Amino acid sequence: MTDVTAEGGKNTPSSPPLASSGRAPGRGRRDWPLYEVFVRGKRGLNHVHVGSLHAPDDEMAVHAARDVYTRRNEGVSIWVVKAAAITASSPDEKDPMFAPSGDKVYRHPTFYEIPDNVPHM
Amino acid sequence: MSAPTLDRPAAPDEVALQAQFDATIAADHRIEPRDWMPEAYRKGLIRQIAQHAHSEIIGMQPEGDWLLAAPSLRRKAILLAKVQDEAGHGMYLYSAAETLGADRADLTDKLIERKQKYSSIFNYPTQTYADVGVIGWLVDGAAICNQVPLCRSSYGPYARAMIRVCKEESFHQRQGFELLMTMMGGTGAQRAMVQDAVDRWWWPSLMMFGPPDDDSPNSAQSMKWGVKRHSNDELRQRFVDMTVPQAAVLGVTLPDPELALDPETGRYRFGAIDWDEFKQVLAGKGPCNDERIARRRAARDDNAWVTEAATAYADKHAS
Ligand SMILES: [Fe+2]
Ligand SMILES: [Fe+2]
Repeated sequence: MTDVTAEGGKNTPSSPPLASSGRAPGRGRRDWPLYEVFVRGKRGLNHVHVGSLHAPDDEMAVHAARDVYTRRNEGVSIWVVKAAAITASSPDEKDPMFAPSGDKVYRHPTFYEIPDNVPHM
Repeated sequence: MSAPTLDRPAAPDEVALQAQFDATIAADHRIEPRDWMPEAYRKGLIRQIAQHAHSEIIGMQPEGDWLLAAPSLRRKAILLAKVQDEAGHGMYLYSAAETLGADRADLTDKLIERKQKYSSIFNYPTQTYADVGVIGWLVDGAAICNQVPLCRSSYGPYARAMIRVCKEESFHQRQGFELLMTMMGGTGAQRAMVQDAVDRWWWPSLMMFGPPDDDSPNSAQSMKWGVKRHSNDELRQRFVDMTVPQAAVLGVTLPDPELALDPETGRYRFGAIDWDEFKQVLAGKGPCNDERIARRRAARDDNAWVTEAATAYADKHAS
Protein backbone atom coordinates (compact mmCIF):
# COMPACT_ATOMS: atom_id res chain seq x y z
CA MET A 1 0.00 0.00 0.00
CA THR A 2 1.22 3.47 -0.77
CA ASP A 3 1.07 6.22 1.79
CA VAL A 4 -1.91 7.77 0.08
CA THR A 5 -5.38 7.59 1.52
CA ALA A 6 -8.56 9.13 0.22
CA GLU A 7 -9.32 12.79 0.91
CA GLY A 8 -5.80 13.31 2.12
CA GLY A 9 -3.54 13.51 -0.83
CA LYS A 10 0.10 13.28 0.16
CA ASN A 11 1.04 14.05 3.75
CA THR A 12 -1.67 11.82 5.09
CA PRO A 13 -0.45 10.22 8.27
CA SER A 14 -0.31 6.71 6.96
CA SER A 15 -1.14 3.78 9.11
CA PRO A 16 0.03 0.26 8.61
CA PRO A 17 -2.16 -1.54 6.08
CA LEU A 18 -4.50 -4.07 7.59
CA ALA A 19 -3.16 -7.56 7.28
CA SER A 20 -3.81 -9.06 3.87
CA SER A 21 -5.08 -12.55 3.28
CA GLY A 22 -2.17 -13.05 0.93
CA ARG A 23 -4.47 -13.89 -1.98
CA ALA A 24 -3.12 -12.21 -5.06
CA PRO A 25 -4.09 -13.89 -8.31
CA GLY A 26 -2.39 -12.00 -11.11
CA ARG A 27 -2.43 -8.25 -11.11
CA GLY A 28 -5.81 -7.23 -9.81
CA ARG A 29 -7.73 -4.54 -8.04
CA ARG A 30 -5.16 -4.30 -5.25
CA ASP A 31 -2.86 -2.44 -7.58
CA TRP A 32 -5.41 0.00 -8.90
CA PRO A 33 -4.68 3.57 -7.91
CA LEU A 34 -7.02 5.58 -5.75
CA TYR A 35 -8.86 8.40 -7.50
CA GLU A 36 -10.60 11.32 -5.84
CA VAL A 37 -13.90 12.20 -7.53
CA PHE A 38 -15.29 15.72 -8.05
CA VAL A 39 -18.75 16.43 -9.43
CA ARG A 40 -20.23 19.63 -10.84
CA GLY A 41 -23.81 19.52 -9.61
CA LYS A 42 -25.13 21.83 -12.28
CA ARG A 43 -23.95 24.55 -14.59
CA GLY A 44 -22.73 27.55 -12.65
CA LEU A 45 -21.41 25.54 -9.68
CA ASN A 46 -17.90 24.42 -8.83
CA HIS A 47 -16.87 20.81 -8.97
CA VAL A 48 -17.15 19.47 -5.43
CA HIS A 49 -15.34 16.53 -3.90
CA VAL A 50 -17.74 13.60 -3.41
CA GLY A 51 -15.56 10.61 -2.56
CA SER A 52 -13.06 8.25 -4.02
CA LEU A 53 -12.71 4.99 -5.90
CA HIS A 54 -10.13 2.65 -7.37
CA ALA A 55 -9.79 2.17 -11.12
CA PRO A 56 -7.17 0.76 -13.49
CA ASP A 57 -6.90 3.99 -15.50
CA ASP A 58 -8.28 7.51 -15.82
CA GLU A 59 -10.97 6.67 -18.34
CA MET A 60 -12.35 3.74 -16.37
CA ALA A 61 -12.23 5.91 -13.26
CA VAL A 62 -14.62 8.37 -14.93
CA HIS A 63 -16.98 5.55 -15.93
CA ALA A 64 -16.94 4.08 -12.44
CA ALA A 65 -17.48 7.53 -10.90
CA ARG A 66 -20.54 7.98 -13.07
CA ASP A 67 -22.08 4.75 -11.72
CA VAL A 68 -21.07 5.25 -8.10
CA TYR A 69 -21.72 8.97 -7.65
CA THR A 70 -24.28 10.12 -10.23
CA ARG A 71 -27.13 7.65 -10.48
CA ARG A 72 -29.76 10.41 -10.16
CA ASN A 73 -28.63 13.43 -12.14
CA GLU A 74 -26.34 14.52 -9.32
CA GLY A 75 -24.00 16.09 -11.81
CA VAL A 76 -23.30 17.44 -15.27
CA SER A 77 -19.54 16.95 -15.19
CA ILE A 78 -17.07 14.68 -13.38
CA TRP A 79 -13.38 15.15 -12.62
CA VAL A 80 -11.22 12.34 -11.37
CA VAL A 81 -7.69 12.84 -10.15
CA LYS A 82 -5.24 10.34 -8.74
CA ALA A 83 -5.07 10.89 -4.98
CA ALA A 84 -1.30 10.60 -5.23
CA ALA A 85 -1.23 13.70 -7.46
CA ILE A 86 -2.81 15.95 -4.85
CA THR A 87 -0.56 18.05 -2.70
CA ALA A 88 -2.25 19.08 0.51
CA SER A 89 -1.45 22.13 2.58
CA SER A 90 -0.22 20.21 5.60
CA PRO A 91 -0.86 17.08 7.62
CA ASP A 92 -3.19 18.98 9.90
CA GLU A 93 -6.43 20.65 8.89
CA LYS A 94 -5.68 23.34 11.47
CA ASP A 95 -2.75 24.61 9.54
CA PRO A 96 -0.49 27.45 10.68
CA MET A 97 -0.48 28.36 6.99
CA PHE A 98 -4.01 29.72 7.46
CA ALA A 99 -3.27 31.40 10.77
CA PRO A 100 -2.01 34.70 9.24
CA SER A 101 -5.48 35.39 7.85
CA GLY A 102 -6.89 35.11 11.36
CA ASP A 103 -5.64 38.55 12.40
CA LYS A 104 -6.55 40.30 9.15
CA VAL A 105 -10.14 40.97 10.03
CA TYR A 106 -10.04 44.10 7.84
CA ARG A 107 -10.30 41.75 4.84
CA HIS A 108 -13.94 41.14 5.71
CA PRO A 109 -16.78 43.54 4.93
CA THR A 110 -18.17 43.30 8.46
CA PHE A 111 -14.99 45.03 9.76
CA TYR A 112 -16.35 48.35 8.53
CA GLU A 113 -19.07 50.20 10.30
CA ILE A 114 -21.47 51.93 7.94
CA PRO A 115 -24.54 53.82 9.16
CA ASP A 116 -27.86 52.07 8.52
CA ASN A 117 -29.15 54.94 6.37
CA VAL A 118 -26.56 54.36 3.64
CA PRO A 119 -28.43 52.44 0.95
CA HIS A 120 -27.23 49.48 -1.14
CA MET A 121 -24.13 48.68 0.89
CA MET B 1 2.59 28.82 -3.66
CA SER B 2 5.63 27.02 -2.36
CA ALA B 3 5.17 23.35 -1.75
CA PRO B 4 4.70 22.62 1.92
CA THR B 5 6.89 20.07 3.51
CA LEU B 6 5.81 16.56 2.72
CA ASP B 7 7.02 15.08 5.95
CA ARG B 8 4.94 14.97 9.03
CA PRO B 9 6.25 17.45 11.57
CA ALA B 10 8.06 15.98 14.54
CA ALA B 11 5.39 14.56 16.84
CA PRO B 12 4.50 17.33 19.27
CA ASP B 13 3.26 16.54 22.67
CA GLU B 14 0.54 13.91 22.44
CA VAL B 15 -1.24 15.61 25.30
CA ALA B 16 -1.62 18.79 23.25
CA LEU B 17 -2.90 16.81 20.28
CA GLN B 18 -5.39 14.98 22.44
CA ALA B 19 -6.54 18.32 23.88
CA GLN B 20 -7.03 19.71 20.39
CA PHE B 21 -8.98 16.60 19.37
CA ASP B 22 -11.15 16.80 22.48
CA ALA B 23 -11.81 20.49 21.86
CA THR B 24 -12.90 19.76 18.28
CA ILE B 25 -15.33 17.10 19.51
CA ALA B 26 -16.59 19.31 22.33
CA ALA B 27 -17.27 22.15 19.88
CA ASP B 28 -19.23 19.68 17.72
CA HIS B 29 -16.85 20.27 14.83
CA ARG B 30 -15.88 17.47 12.48
CA ILE B 31 -12.70 15.45 12.62
CA GLU B 32 -11.13 15.26 9.16
CA PRO B 33 -8.80 12.59 7.76
CA ARG B 34 -5.55 14.48 8.23
CA ASP B 35 -6.27 15.47 11.83
CA TRP B 36 -4.53 13.71 14.63
CA MET B 37 -6.92 11.29 16.32
CA PRO B 38 -6.62 8.77 19.13
CA GLU B 39 -5.79 5.31 17.85
CA ALA B 40 -8.90 3.87 19.50
CA TYR B 41 -11.09 6.42 17.66
CA ARG B 42 -9.52 5.46 14.33
CA LYS B 43 -9.80 1.71 14.96
CA GLY B 44 -13.34 1.98 16.28
CA LEU B 45 -14.41 3.95 13.22
CA ILE B 46 -12.82 1.49 10.82
CA ARG B 47 -14.66 -1.32 12.61
CA GLN B 48 -18.00 0.50 12.47
CA ILE B 49 -17.69 1.82 8.90
CA ALA B 50 -16.45 -1.52 7.56
CA GLN B 51 -19.32 -3.33 9.27
CA HIS B 52 -21.72 -0.81 7.78
CA ALA B 53 -20.18 -1.17 4.29
CA HIS B 54 -20.30 -4.97 4.50
CA SER B 55 -23.98 -4.78 5.46
CA GLU B 56 -24.76 -2.79 2.32
CA ILE B 57 -22.87 -5.26 0.14
CA ILE B 58 -24.26 -8.44 1.73
CA GLY B 59 -27.66 -6.72 1.85
CA MET B 60 -27.86 -6.94 -1.94
CA GLN B 61 -28.24 -10.72 -1.74
CA PRO B 62 -31.64 -11.33 -0.12
CA GLU B 63 -33.36 -8.90 -2.47
CA GLY B 64 -31.15 -9.79 -5.41
CA ASP B 65 -32.58 -13.30 -5.18
CA TRP B 66 -35.87 -11.90 -6.52
CA LEU B 67 -34.49 -9.92 -9.45
CA LEU B 68 -35.20 -12.67 -11.97
CA ALA B 69 -38.59 -13.46 -10.44
CA ALA B 70 -40.00 -9.94 -10.17
CA PRO B 71 -43.67 -10.01 -11.15
CA SER B 72 -43.46 -7.22 -13.74
CA LEU B 73 -40.93 -5.21 -15.69
CA ARG B 74 -41.79 -2.18 -13.55
CA ARG B 75 -41.05 -4.06 -10.31
CA LYS B 76 -37.90 -5.50 -11.79
CA ALA B 77 -36.56 -2.08 -12.81
CA ILE B 78 -37.32 -0.70 -9.34
CA LEU B 79 -35.67 -3.61 -7.57
CA LEU B 80 -32.63 -3.42 -9.82
CA ALA B 81 -32.22 0.28 -9.04
CA LYS B 82 -32.60 -0.39 -5.33
CA VAL B 83 -30.04 -3.19 -5.27
CA GLN B 84 -27.65 -1.04 -7.31
CA ASP B 85 -28.04 1.74 -4.74
CA GLU B 86 -27.01 -0.65 -1.98
CA ALA B 87 -23.82 -1.42 -3.92
CA GLY B 88 -23.26 2.34 -4.13
CA HIS B 89 -23.77 2.70 -0.38
CA GLY B 90 -21.11 0.06 0.18
CA MET B 91 -18.74 1.99 -2.11
CA TYR B 92 -19.30 5.33 -0.32
CA LEU B 93 -18.55 3.62 2.98
CA TYR B 94 -15.43 1.76 1.84
CA SER B 95 -14.23 5.10 0.50
CA ALA B 96 -14.74 6.64 3.96
CA ALA B 97 -12.95 3.71 5.62
CA GLU B 98 -9.96 4.25 3.36
CA THR B 99 -9.52 7.79 4.64
CA LEU B 100 -8.62 6.14 7.95
CA GLY B 101 -5.87 4.03 6.42
CA ALA B 102 -7.87 0.88 5.74
CA ASP B 103 -7.62 -0.87 2.38
CA ARG B 104 -10.87 -1.93 0.79
CA ALA B 105 -9.64 -5.20 -0.65
CA ASP B 106 -8.41 -6.13 2.81
CA LEU B 107 -11.77 -5.23 4.30
CA THR B 108 -13.50 -7.52 1.82
CA ASP B 109 -11.09 -10.31 2.73
CA LYS B 110 -11.85 -9.79 6.40
CA LEU B 111 -15.58 -10.04 5.69
CA ILE B 112 -15.11 -13.28 3.78
CA GLU B 113 -12.85 -14.68 6.49
CA ARG B 114 -15.55 -13.72 9.02
CA LYS B 115 -13.17 -11.46 10.90
CA GLN B 116 -15.56 -8.54 10.47
CA LYS B 117 -19.30 -8.54 10.88
CA TYR B 118 -22.31 -7.28 8.96
CA SER B 119 -25.88 -6.67 10.06
CA SER B 120 -27.62 -9.78 11.41
CA ILE B 121 -30.75 -8.97 9.40
CA PHE B 122 -29.30 -10.15 6.10
CA ASN B 123 -28.93 -13.70 7.36
CA TYR B 124 -32.64 -14.33 7.00
CA PRO B 125 -34.07 -15.71 3.73
CA THR B 126 -36.49 -13.93 1.40
CA GLN B 127 -39.19 -16.54 0.96
CA THR B 128 -41.78 -14.70 -1.13
CA TYR B 129 -42.01 -11.51 -3.16
CA ALA B 130 -43.76 -9.85 -0.22
CA ASP B 131 -40.41 -10.10 1.58
CA VAL B 132 -39.03 -7.58 -0.92
CA GLY B 133 -41.70 -5.10 0.13
CA VAL B 134 -41.25 -5.79 3.83
CA ILE B 135 -37.49 -5.34 3.56
CA GLY B 136 -38.01 -1.93 1.95
CA TRP B 137 -40.54 -0.93 4.56
CA LEU B 138 -39.03 -2.36 7.76
CA VAL B 139 -35.35 -3.04 7.06
CA ASP B 140 -34.68 0.15 5.10
CA GLY B 141 -36.96 1.96 7.55
CA ALA B 142 -34.81 0.78 10.45
CA ALA B 143 -31.68 1.67 8.49
CA ILE B 144 -33.03 5.20 8.02
CA CYS B 145 -33.58 5.54 11.80
CA ASN B 146 -29.99 4.45 12.35
CA GLN B 147 -28.44 6.48 9.57
CA VAL B 148 -30.10 9.88 9.85
CA PRO B 149 -28.30 10.72 13.12
CA LEU B 150 -25.04 9.44 11.59
CA CYS B 151 -25.21 12.36 9.12
CA ARG B 152 -23.95 14.37 12.11
CA SER B 153 -21.28 11.87 13.10
CA SER B 154 -18.06 13.48 14.32
CA TYR B 155 -15.96 11.94 11.54
CA GLY B 156 -16.37 14.08 8.41
CA PRO B 157 -16.09 11.47 5.64
CA TYR B 158 -18.47 9.10 7.45
CA ALA B 159 -21.04 11.85 7.99
CA ARG B 160 -20.82 12.93 4.34
CA ALA B 161 -21.23 9.35 3.12
CA MET B 162 -24.32 9.05 5.33
CA ILE B 163 -25.84 12.17 3.79
CA ARG B 164 -25.56 10.61 0.34
CA VAL B 165 -26.98 7.32 1.62
CA CYS B 166 -29.93 8.92 3.40
CA LYS B 167 -30.97 10.78 0.26
CA GLU B 168 -31.40 7.42 -1.44
CA GLU B 169 -32.98 5.45 1.39
CA SER B 170 -36.28 7.27 1.17
CA PHE B 171 -36.86 5.76 -2.27
CA HIS B 172 -36.07 2.34 -0.83
CA GLN B 173 -38.61 2.58 1.93
CA ARG B 174 -41.35 4.08 -0.20
CA GLN B 175 -41.05 1.53 -3.00
CA GLY B 176 -41.38 -1.21 -0.38
CA PHE B 177 -44.43 0.32 1.23
CA GLU B 178 -46.09 0.89 -2.14
CA LEU B 179 -45.41 -2.71 -3.13
CA LEU B 180 -47.09 -3.89 0.09
CA MET B 181 -50.06 -1.56 -0.38
CA THR B 182 -50.53 -3.01 -3.85
CA MET B 183 -50.48 -6.56 -2.50
CA MET B 184 -52.83 -5.65 0.35
CA GLY B 185 -55.28 -4.43 -2.27
CA GLY B 186 -55.05 -7.78 -4.06
CA THR B 187 -56.35 -11.25 -3.30
CA GLY B 188 -56.71 -12.86 0.11
CA ALA B 189 -53.69 -15.02 -0.66
CA GLN B 190 -51.62 -11.92 -1.42
CA ARG B 191 -52.69 -10.27 1.83
CA ALA B 192 -51.77 -13.43 3.73
CA MET B 193 -48.39 -13.38 2.03
CA VAL B 194 -47.75 -9.83 3.27
CA GLN B 195 -48.82 -10.72 6.82
CA ASP B 196 -46.57 -13.77 6.79
CA ALA B 197 -43.61 -11.66 5.67
CA VAL B 198 -44.30 -9.08 8.39
CA ASP B 199 -44.47 -11.88 10.98
CA ARG B 200 -41.05 -13.14 9.93
CA TRP B 201 -39.24 -9.79 9.58
CA TRP B 202 -40.61 -7.74 12.48
CA TRP B 203 -38.43 -9.10 15.30
CA PRO B 204 -35.21 -9.32 13.26
CA SER B 205 -35.83 -5.66 12.24
CA LEU B 206 -35.92 -4.63 15.90
CA MET B 207 -32.64 -6.49 16.44
CA MET B 208 -31.01 -4.31 13.76
CA PHE B 209 -30.50 -1.58 16.35
CA GLY B 210 -28.10 -3.79 18.24
CA PRO B 211 -28.05 -5.11 21.78
CA PRO B 212 -29.84 -3.25 24.58
CA ASP B 213 -27.96 -0.30 26.05
CA ASP B 214 -26.86 -2.15 29.17
CA ASP B 215 -25.26 -4.83 27.00
CA SER B 216 -23.64 -2.70 24.31
CA PRO B 217 -19.92 -2.50 25.10
CA ASN B 218 -18.85 0.02 22.43
CA SER B 219 -21.79 2.38 22.65
CA ALA B 220 -20.73 4.67 25.52
CA GLN B 221 -17.33 5.53 24.07
CA SER B 222 -18.80 5.91 20.59
CA MET B 223 -21.34 8.40 21.90
CA LYS B 224 -18.70 10.31 23.87
CA TRP B 225 -16.78 10.73 20.63
CA GLY B 226 -19.86 11.84 18.76
CA VAL B 227 -19.59 8.94 16.30
CA LYS B 228 -22.98 7.74 17.48
CA ARG B 229 -25.60 10.25 18.56
CA HIS B 230 -28.33 8.10 20.14
CA SER B 231 -28.34 4.85 22.04
CA ASN B 232 -29.52 1.58 20.50
CA ASP B 233 -32.65 1.47 22.67
CA GLU B 234 -33.59 5.06 21.87
CA LEU B 235 -33.35 4.43 18.13
CA ARG B 236 -35.28 1.17 18.44
CA GLN B 237 -38.06 2.99 20.31
CA ARG B 238 -38.21 5.68 17.63
CA PHE B 239 -38.53 3.02 14.97
CA VAL B 240 -41.39 1.29 16.78
CA ASP B 241 -43.19 4.60 17.30
CA MET B 242 -42.88 5.45 13.60
CA THR B 243 -43.84 2.01 12.33
CA VAL B 244 -46.96 1.15 14.34
CA PRO B 245 -49.17 3.76 12.63
CA GLN B 246 -47.78 2.71 9.23
CA ALA B 247 -48.78 -0.89 9.94
CA ALA B 248 -52.30 0.32 10.69
CA VAL B 249 -52.52 2.09 7.32
CA LEU B 250 -51.28 -1.03 5.62
CA GLY B 251 -53.75 -3.23 7.50
CA VAL B 252 -51.22 -5.70 8.87
CA THR B 253 -50.74 -6.89 12.45
CA LEU B 254 -47.31 -6.58 14.03
CA PRO B 255 -46.59 -9.94 15.71
CA ASP B 256 -46.33 -8.68 19.28
CA PRO B 257 -49.30 -9.08 21.66
CA GLU B 258 -47.63 -6.72 24.14
CA LEU B 259 -47.41 -3.85 21.67
CA ALA B 260 -49.45 -1.00 23.19
CA LEU B 261 -49.42 2.75 23.42
CA ASP B 262 -48.24 4.04 26.78
CA PRO B 263 -50.62 6.95 27.41
CA GLU B 264 -48.15 8.61 29.79
CA THR B 265 -45.17 8.77 27.45
CA GLY B 266 -47.02 8.67 24.15
CA ARG B 267 -44.64 5.92 23.09
CA TYR B 268 -45.28 2.26 22.31
CA ARG B 269 -44.36 -0.46 24.75
CA PHE B 270 -43.26 -3.66 23.09
CA GLY B 271 -42.47 -7.23 24.10
CA ALA B 272 -39.12 -8.79 24.92
CA ILE B 273 -36.68 -9.34 22.08
CA ASP B 274 -35.12 -12.78 21.76
CA TRP B 275 -31.49 -11.77 22.24
CA ASP B 276 -30.37 -15.39 22.15
CA GLU B 277 -31.51 -15.58 18.55
CA PHE B 278 -29.62 -12.34 17.81
CA LYS B 279 -26.43 -13.73 19.34
CA GLN B 280 -26.80 -16.99 17.44
CA VAL B 281 -27.16 -15.18 14.13
CA LEU B 282 -24.22 -12.88 14.90
CA ALA B 283 -22.16 -15.92 15.80
CA GLY B 284 -22.73 -17.25 12.29
CA LYS B 285 -25.57 -19.64 13.05
CA GLY B 286 -28.41 -17.79 11.33
CA PRO B 287 -30.37 -19.42 8.51
CA CYS B 288 -28.27 -17.90 5.69
CA ASN B 289 -24.85 -16.90 7.11
CA ASP B 290 -22.94 -19.57 5.21
CA GLU B 291 -24.78 -18.90 1.96
CA ARG B 292 -24.16 -15.14 2.16
CA ILE B 293 -20.44 -15.48 2.79
CA ALA B 294 -20.04 -18.22 0.20
CA ARG B 295 -21.65 -16.02 -2.44
CA ARG B 296 -19.49 -13.04 -1.52
CA ARG B 297 -16.42 -15.24 -1.74
CA ALA B 298 -17.50 -16.54 -5.14
CA ALA B 299 -18.05 -12.97 -6.36
CA ARG B 300 -14.53 -12.04 -5.32
CA ASP B 301 -12.81 -15.13 -6.71
CA ASP B 302 -14.88 -15.95 -9.79
CA ASN B 303 -14.88 -12.35 -10.99
CA ALA B 304 -11.18 -11.74 -10.38
CA TRP B 305 -10.62 -12.22 -14.11
CA VAL B 306 -12.67 -9.07 -14.80
CA THR B 307 -10.37 -6.88 -12.74
CA GLU B 308 -7.35 -8.62 -14.25
CA ALA B 309 -8.69 -8.00 -17.76
CA ALA B 310 -9.37 -4.32 -16.96
CA THR B 311 -5.84 -4.01 -15.64
CA ALA B 312 -4.41 -5.61 -18.78
CA TYR B 313 -6.50 -3.26 -20.93
CA ALA B 314 -5.25 -0.23 -18.98
CA ASP B 315 -1.64 -1.39 -19.26
CA LYS B 316 -1.97 -1.90 -23.00
CA HIS B 317 -3.46 1.55 -23.56
CA ALA B 318 -0.91 3.24 -21.33
CA SER B 319 2.01 2.19 -23.54
FE1 LIG C 1 -28.32 1.12 1.95
FE1 LIG D 1 -31.53 0.82 1.35
